[in-house]
Amino acid sequence: MSSGLVIQSVSKTFPSPTGPVRAVDNVSLTIQSNEFFTLLGPSGCGKTTLLRMIAGLDIPTSGSILLDGQDIAPLPAYRRPVNTVFQSYALFPHMTVSDNIAFGMKMQNKPQAEIEKSVRETLALVRLEDKGERKPAQLSGGQQQRVALARALVNHPKILLLDESLSALDYKLRKEMQIELKRLQRETGITFIFVTHDQDEALSMSDRIAVMEKGNVAQIGTPQEIYDDPATRFVADFIGICNFVKAASLGLDGGEVGFRPEDASFTVGHGMGKGHIRHINYRGAVTHYIVELDSGETITLSEDDPQNVAVNDAVNLVIPQERLIRCGT
Amino acid sequence: MRDVKNPALWLLSPFLAVMGVFFAAPLLLVVGYSFMTQHYPGGVEFPLTLDAYIKIFYDTDFDGNRVFDASFLMICWKSLQLAGICTILCLLAGFPMAYFMATRPAHQRNLWMMLVTIPFWTNLLIRTYSWMLILRTDGLVNNALIDAGLIKEPLELLYNDFAVGVGLLYSYLPFMVLPIYANLERMDWRLIEAASDLYATRWQTLRKVTLPLTMPGIIAGCILVFIPSIGSFLAPQLLGGGQQMMIGNKIENLFGQAGDWPFGSAASVALMAIVMIGLMIMSRRGGLKELV
Amino acid sequence: MAAAASPAKIPGVATTAYLALAFLYIPILIVIIFSFNANSLITVWKGFTTDWYLKAFQNDDLRRATINSLVVAVSATVLSTLIALMAAIGMRGKVPRAVGQSSSFLMTLPLLIPEIVIAIATMSFFFIIGLDLGLGNVLIAHTVFCIPFAYSPIRARIETLQPSLFEAAADLYATPWQSFRRVTLPLMLPGITSGAMLAFITSLDDFIITQMVAPPGAMTLPVYIYSMVRKGITPEINAVSSILLVISIILVVSSYVINQRKAV
Repeated sequence: MSSGLVIQSVSKTFPSPTGPVRAVDNVSLTIQSNEFFTLLGPSGCGKTTLLRMIAGLDIPTSGSILLDGQDIAPLPAYRRPVNTVFQSYALFPHMTVSDNIAFGMKMQNKPQAEIEKSVRETLALVRLEDKGERKPAQLSGGQQQRVALARALVNHPKILLLDESLSALDYKLRKEMQIELKRLQRETGITFIFVTHDQDEALSMSDRIAVMEKGNVAQIGTPQEIYDDPATRFVADFIGICNFVKAASLGLDGGEVGFRPEDASFTVGHGMGKGHIRHINYRGAVTHYIVELDSGETITLSEDDPQNVAVNDAVNLVIPQERLIRCGT
Repeated sequence: MRDVKNPALWLLSPFLAVMGVFFAAPLLLVVGYSFMTQHYPGGVEFPLTLDAYIKIFYDTDFDGNRVFDASFLMICWKSLQLAGICTILCLLAGFPMAYFMATRPAHQRNLWMMLVTIPFWTNLLIRTYSWMLILRTDGLVNNALIDAGLIKEPLELLYNDFAVGVGLLYSYLPFMVLPIYANLERMDWRLIEAASDLYATRWQTLRKVTLPLTMPGIIAGCILVFIPSIGSFLAPQLLGGGQQMMIGNKIENLFGQAGDWPFGSAASVALMAIVMIGLMIMSRRGGLKELV
Repeated sequence: MAAAASPAKIPGVATTAYLALAFLYIPILIVIIFSFNANSLITVWKGFTTDWYLKAFQNDDLRRATINSLVVAVSATVLSTLIALMAAIGMRGKVPRAVGQSSSFLMTLPLLIPEIVIAIATMSFFFIIGLDLGLGNVLIAHTVFCIPFAYSPIRARIETLQPSLFEAAADLYATPWQSFRRVTLPLMLPGITSGAMLAFITSLDDFIITQMVAPPGAMTLPVYIYSMVRKGITPEINAVSSILLVISIILVVSSYVINQRKAV
């Protein structure tokens, strides 16, 4: 049974030597049931603090958190039907893998037979069937991560929280786990709330993303909405690469306009902007062209196929109208 | 852990209660006693008086006149002297030892740490009296020297300053070694390689790089040896022949045979004052981190 | 870190280190070796014997002193370790800064104040409040003195526990008590054991405080040994002392081994 979460005007203020710090500033958002929802932002933006308040590891200074209509904000962590996969995994070093996974059910005094069955099933779910009797120290990083996941999932929580769970894994393993997590969410139907600072990860895994900056939510939307229609300059800049130039440099009206490198292309003859290629950055699947516009601004343009241009060539650029990005600050 | 205020304070309360009643209160009592009148052979009585402190400097002769009496001050001076010599000797032996330990490969270092610490945990009384076996007239050193034909008459190695010094050095050497070792272990040894790369000889490197960087550890070690050794009891008592050479056994005598509790308390207050001053100097110099 | 690399190697350092190590251990070894000396002139070796150990066991006063020492050591260990454990956990929680700082100060004070001063202070205090519990006086004094020694390994151990472990336990429905029983306590066990061992040794070996505080008839082993040394050193003293030395060494080494084992 899946659940939705409503965060209403939640704030968290921490005391500090230089005065109180608002880590989370009056945030409101609604997470649907059976959704893979991501909190994305740079470090210090408040995403982890928000996650910890949902888990019950911190108490909001103000606001409420409604789970299926009930405000869980005053409840301590051990009374919330919410489980967390920690960044450091936090596996109990003195217990075996099976005991780790069984912990939550044991604390709830579930019958032994039910615990054993669930542990076996969950071990199979994360494909660690034969590792039950090992201790965490004997497992690799990726395996430990899956144990942390299993330990949370076995309790069938209403919400699963993941706090930068993939950040300690190497690139290849990380990509594998991203697919794995997506699969698990779809299979179990549990609402996942995922925290990360890696925008590639957020875009590839999420149903919806909340981009956070300095304690506030800058934008909420699907990956496509965030990428194609960033609401603020910060969002546009944080997700992928975004060029920003004076509108006049491209012969347009308005103050500032933005576009993605892959949306601009070279054109023969008259285009929207003129400039010279200053640097060519070959990246295998894609090539970046650093172009200095006649207006003096520098932009990046990228193409999959090799272009017949060289450094210091004069070029013309064109960008489709619907791909232009205009946002507030 | 759920950080809730009350449980933490409840957990600390037995500790605070026990220490408050059975440790802090007795010390305060001693300070109080130092202002009271002697009641031979034990205990104190009113009225309040500064007699005990005056005794530190003066003696009263039969006519009731105050005469300057340096005997207690001499004891204090002797204690500081012996503590100072002990500290210097500990440093001369301890620094090379700590340096050697710090340059061992990792698994050996732990072994050395353990070896240096073990004597500290064995009975100080036994370790002190063992020196009596070694240093006395028919002790091991004299017997060995006579048997080897190096001397004819046994040397007077016991019941003097020399023996007390050896006893102190023996008790406190680990206290010098460990802070210096801790400091050296944390040092960036690449700095020594860099100095060598820049034409410094080994001694120059030692003087200009290693020693300055190890100064906090050295200071901590010196304080850790000097302060406790001033108040030492067993070494002067057993190895000094009971001639009340240092403050420690003087205090014991005042509370025992001499039955002068106020004077003993005043002497204790003086000793505690020296300790506190030493600690303050050390915490100013930042050597306190090496202690813990 | 470069191990004895050329520029770091200073001549004479190795020799000094080994000599210093010998210096530290030779007296201990002498006591043990000569406890087996078949000569009552202790320091001249005549032959191997275990007579002195037998004589020691037959000595009633010695036996009583030993029992007293053990009773006090065990009780003081239990009490001081318990108090130290609670203090260590309490210090990790939210305490007002003043309380935290004074606790840290109180915890290190017994190690800084000269033992003779603690001895006379405790004795005077017991005298003035008329505390007359016989061996109980010794027990109280020892408990106080042993707390910092028990505390040190416990504190060191508790620092290695990452807070996220306790957050995970709470996240997995463990109440604070369950979290303590199933996560904190098992993980702290090496530190607690080590602390208990050190407290035990400290109590067993203590002399000057016990000397001042123990009423007649409540003699402990070190006090007995001292009285014998005062009268004149006999070979039985060596035998008894050797036993004490060996016990201490075994306990310290065990404490080290327990702490080294990265059970985590």
